[in-house]
Amino acid sequence: MSRPIFALIDCNNFYASCERVFNPKLNNVPVVVLSNNDGCIISLSNEAKAIGIKMGEPIFKIPHMVKKHNIQVLSSNYTLYGDMSQRVMDTLKNFSDEIEVYSIDEAFIKISNYTFDSLTEYGRKIRKTVKQWTGIPISVGISPSKTLCKAANHIAKRMKEYNGVLDLTDHKDADKLLDKIDVRDIWGVGRQYTKFLKSYNINTAKELKYADEKFIQKYMTKVGRQTVLELKGIACKELEQETSDKKGICCAKSFGHKLEELYVIKEALANYVSIAAAKLRRQNLAASEVVVFIETNRFTSDPQYFNSASMGPEIPSSYTPKLINIAHKLLDEIFRKGYKYKKVGVMFNHLVKQNTIQFDLFKPQPTTEMFTIMKTADRINSFWGRNTVKSAACGVNIRTWWMNQKKLSKRYTTVWSELPLVS
Amino acid sequence: MKRKTKSEGNIVEIFSIPEELKEVKLPLFLTKIQAGFPSPAEDYIDQKLDLNEYAIKHPSATFFVRVNGESMINAGIFHNDLLIVDRSLQPQNNSIIIANLDGELTVKRFSKKRNKYYLVAENENFPDIEVNGDRNFEVWGVATFVLHSLRNI
Repeated sequence: MSRPIFALIDCNNFYASCERVFNPKLNNVPVVVLSNNDGCIISLSNEAKAIGIKMGEPIFKIPHMVKKHNIQVLSSNYTLYGDMSQRVMDTLKNFSDEIEVYSIDEAFIKISNYTFDSLTEYGRKIRKTVKQWTGIPISVGISPSKTLCKAANHIAKRMKEYNGVLDLTDHKDADKLLDKIDVRDIWGVGRQYTKFLKSYNINTAKELKYADEKFIQKYMTKVGRQTVLELKGIACKELEQETSDKKGICCAKSFGHKLEELYVIKEALANYVSIAAAKLRRQNLAASEVVVFIETNRFTSDPQYFNSASMGPEIPSSYTPKLINIAHKLLDEIFRKGYKYKKVGVMFNHLVKQNTIQFDLFKPQPTTEMFTIMKTADRINSFWGRNTVKSAACGVNIRTWWMNQKKLSKRYTTVWSELPLVS
Repeated sequence: MKRKTKSEGNIVEIFSIPEELKEVKLPLFLTKIQAGFPSPAEDYIDQKLDLNEYAIKHPSATFFVRVNGESMINAGIFHNDLLIVDRSLQPQNNSIIIANLDGELTVKRFSKKRNKYYLVAENENFPDIEVNGDRNFEVWGVATFVLHSLRNI
């Protein structure tokens, strides 16, 4: 093959589709998944789209619709979605060694050799395999450039006749199809550029493809010109494959309602530290820096405050009590009384492999006892569910600050006690 | 230290573990020094056996499910057993499969008799179920192993 070919694989209605794999009762009925705190709709099934439900809509505004159409409403189960995402990506690795995981539900792959008559056939094979192996329906867009892949995927997802796969490589009707895509839906064209382009009567992907390159470069920089070239099938963007070492681990969430008391926020923070520290240990990493940040709700008229602080343990650590201790010291530093806080979070930076830690001769050494305690706690929690064993700093009472997640499904693939039941 | 506290009807037990080490120990050597002769078996140790490697051929397509009920006891599949399910496999005649039947996940033998397909239980008390389009039926995956605990855990 003379030139490289890319494919964009995009999972259809990903969160709703994940729920359906383990709860087939959700098939063929309208399903919506809500954001953290059960606020807005962030994923919806085709049936929900068909009755006019919109992405981003706050659920409290449509109780009549929910009742009338018996819409199945679910909280977001990121543990499940994360694992299913990993499975989809791993399945794709059977088709190409070169993969760019673009988001939780999207990936680009480079197709360098394929054993099928046509790229479309190959795309169908990918689609069929991912659906069978993971249960997740996908759409596939194929072309010589990433931007064109996005466009192909956009069409494959919306026009039934393509059955979820469209190859725009040397496609005879490519221009006709591109003319159906609004320029705002082209990858890399934001809201501002959409306005600009439309004011010059460039309304569709096709019109952008044939726009004057010099004109585009002048007003939309080199990146804009690349978009034009990519629409012509000339690849300007390469795959960005992930680096093996994680840069940082973060856990931050919005509270169910605003919090003012330091001790309650400390409790929430201790929980987030515990979650992030368990994640560190799962990857055999230790943190050299702990960052804590806190913020009020920007979207209210309340007085605003946000701040962050950071500090490192003497030696990189993944020991939860130690990390909670540091996080609490940092929170003490930045906490100011009198504000209504919406969010607190912790981030671990400069992660190092647990087995490559440089010990300091004159500082306390981590003991094997510390590792054993954490390992045991992790094992108990992975069997019985998170928080079966936890640091007392995480609080022993029902948490008032915790996210509202009333319709949370089980963690079917990651917790032994929550496996799907078969009768 | 151990103390108990009551919270919202739950008994919570609190233990203390070191927050960090108080004393400073100076390690002179971080690894043990080998003294004497090396083990004569050293050169013969192969890799450790990994059950995952044995039982899971396609990790991204493999799921665990928990059995709920008695319908497959004659096949050695009991209530509360754990099944390893490989979705990448095509069911053959008489494969034990997980099926989506009218929105419920069920484990049964998938069997073809005189050009008709059935979901067959391995327990006389359960009738065969013909799958012929009247009922919503879909193969969810093929069961490859059953894990049955011999202790009551």
